Amino acid sequence: MSAGESTYVPKSGFARWMDSRLPIMRFAHDTMLTYPTPKNLNIWYTFGGILAIMLVFQILTGIVLAMHYVANDKMAFDSVENIMRDVNYGWLLRYAHANGASMFFLAVYVHIFRGLYYGSYKAPREVLWILGVIIYVLMIATAFLGYVLPWGQMSFWAATVITNLFSSIDQIIPHLGTAISTWLWGGFAVGDPTLNRFFSLHYLLPFVIFAVVGLHIWALHVPGNNNPLGIDVKGPQDTVPFHPYYTVKDGFYLVLFFIVFAGLVFYAPNFVGDVENYQPANPLVTPPEIVPEWYLLPFYAMLRSIPQKLVGVIVLFGALAVLAFAPWLDTSKVRSMRFRPMMKPFFWILVLDCILLGYLGANRPDATWNLGGIEISLVWPARLGTAYYYAYFLLLMPLIGLLETPKPLPDSIAKPVLAAAE
Amino acid sequence: MASATSDGTTRRDFLYIASGAMGAVGVGLAAWPFIDQMNPSAAVLAMSSTEVDLTPVQEGQQITIMWRSKPVFVRKRTKKEIEEAKAVNVADLPDGVARNANLPDSAPATDANRVIKPDWLVLIGICTHLGCIPLFNQGEFGGYLCPCHGSQYDTAGRIRKGPAPENLFIPPYNFMNDTRIKIG
Repeated sequence: MSAGESTYVPKSGFARWMDSRLPIMRFAHDTMLTYPTPKNLNIWYTFGGILAIMLVFQILTGIVLAMHYVANDKMAFDSVENIMRDVNYGWLLRYAHANGASMFFLAVYVHIFRGLYYGSYKAPREVLWILGVIIYVLMIATAFLGYVLPWGQMSFWAATVITNLFSSIDQIIPHLGTAISTWLWGGFAVGDPTLNRFFSLHYLLPFVIFAVVGLHIWALHVPGNNNPLGIDVKGPQDTVPFHPYYTVKDGFYLVLFFIVFAGLVFYAPNFVGDVENYQPANPLVTPPEIVPEWYLLPFYAMLRSIPQKLVGVIVLFGALAVLAFAPWLDTSKVRSMRFRPMMKPFFWILVLDCILLGYLGANRPDATWNLGGIEISLVWPARLGTAYYYAYFLLLMPLIGLLETPKPLPDSIAKPVLAAAE
Repeated sequence: MASATSDGTTRRDFLYIASGAMGAVGVGLAAWPFIDQMNPSAAVLAMSSTEVDLTPVQEGQQITIMWRSKPVFVRKRTKKEIEEAKAVNVADLPDGVARNANLPDSAPATDANRVIKPDWLVLIGICTHLGCIPLFNQGEFGGYLCPCHGSQYDTAGRIRKGPAPENLFIPPYNFMNDTRIKIG
């Protein structure tokens, strides 16, 4: 693509014939082999490749699971148990798919925080970043739809709570929200029509994600990779070809990542799951504690911290939307936190804040902390955490960019590397 | 162009706009079946009603029955619960209207407007926040506590605390005789 002229030379008569008709080999050569990549990318940059592999892995396991799954409210739960007990290697495929979702989100959170730390959302990579936010939103939707399919208690009640978020629109336009919920359900409550359409969409969305990932990689290859120094590539001395340098590096960390993944699948396959989902769905009984999967807990804590329904829903979706505006909210000209002494601690507080919100989201809504004899409702730390999350993007990003004196930037990517070698 | 009018518009401009507008209408009409197929089907819509025998329910107890795939609570309230519900000032309630399908929309949320007979409280058992089933006889107000996000309802099913915006809804129902109601 645009980073450098193509160096592809067709080696055979067929390759030359093909190259003048559909230059697909040239495309693969330029994007996967010779693509010039900054030479200082660290471990945190390997998660993009890991994510691409995880997407393909989820699609493959998902396609074969769909060969055995039945999207019917009477049969779905039993069909999943049939996969677990009777289908050849069904237990492996299902545990790999279910835990694969968790590993996928683990990788995407590392990927997102890496982007925030090294300023990868800033010009000229705004479109790349926004496509990433779109992929993340699609991932949340896909994971939610997939979680409903086993039709256990958590599946059913997660579907009920999330689809009811739309009923909050009733507070702006009466009856519209209820009409939307009814439309989503295909009935007056979550039921068989809901399960069927969720299965249809759960099968569709990964391919939409696949397409947006294609755009994401395209938008990456136009300006080229950001890097831990956050400075622009000055010339060929700052880059190495993607292959073999980063194919090998990504491959190595991919293996380490899959060792952790395999550990989860083989030794603790239900570690991230909820036992309640081994109870078949019962529309008459809400489980005493309903919680989403771990990767959505921070948003759940935000929703619960707001006592007003509509505002709570707006805060929940706003937390995703605000990410898309990060490129314009951040006023600093320096990308990498390595050279931003004032902003850096606030970044790490944001990381801790998201972990805290996740912890709070896992607790009962009426839970309290006992601080030296004083009972504090968990609603208060959740409100504080929500406020900090928003403040990071809406206050700290614009203000600190103006107030801060960044550390001096190195002249080029190659220079500190070469200086260290001397 | 020969057919140009004085303000510069032509027959061709008219044809562009007319055919574009027809095309937009056509796309809209073609899209509607794709959207409307998701709405409740005729089978789901078929109105149903359910009769409930009240004799097995003792004072202080509640039964749950299904009506149009929704849980309906039928609760026989104790004297104390009725007194507590009556003592509440309607002006202090977060939701001041009765939400009773048997009354006009504007009826105030007095205890009398929440029931047909004071002993029997009949409610759609779905939290008006995000649709969970509230737990019977829990929470600060002795009515219901939603386990999902902590909404609390009193002994007339009215929202008192927490994120839910509305009182628990009351389905259309009537007493067929002293021990039998028909919902729907």
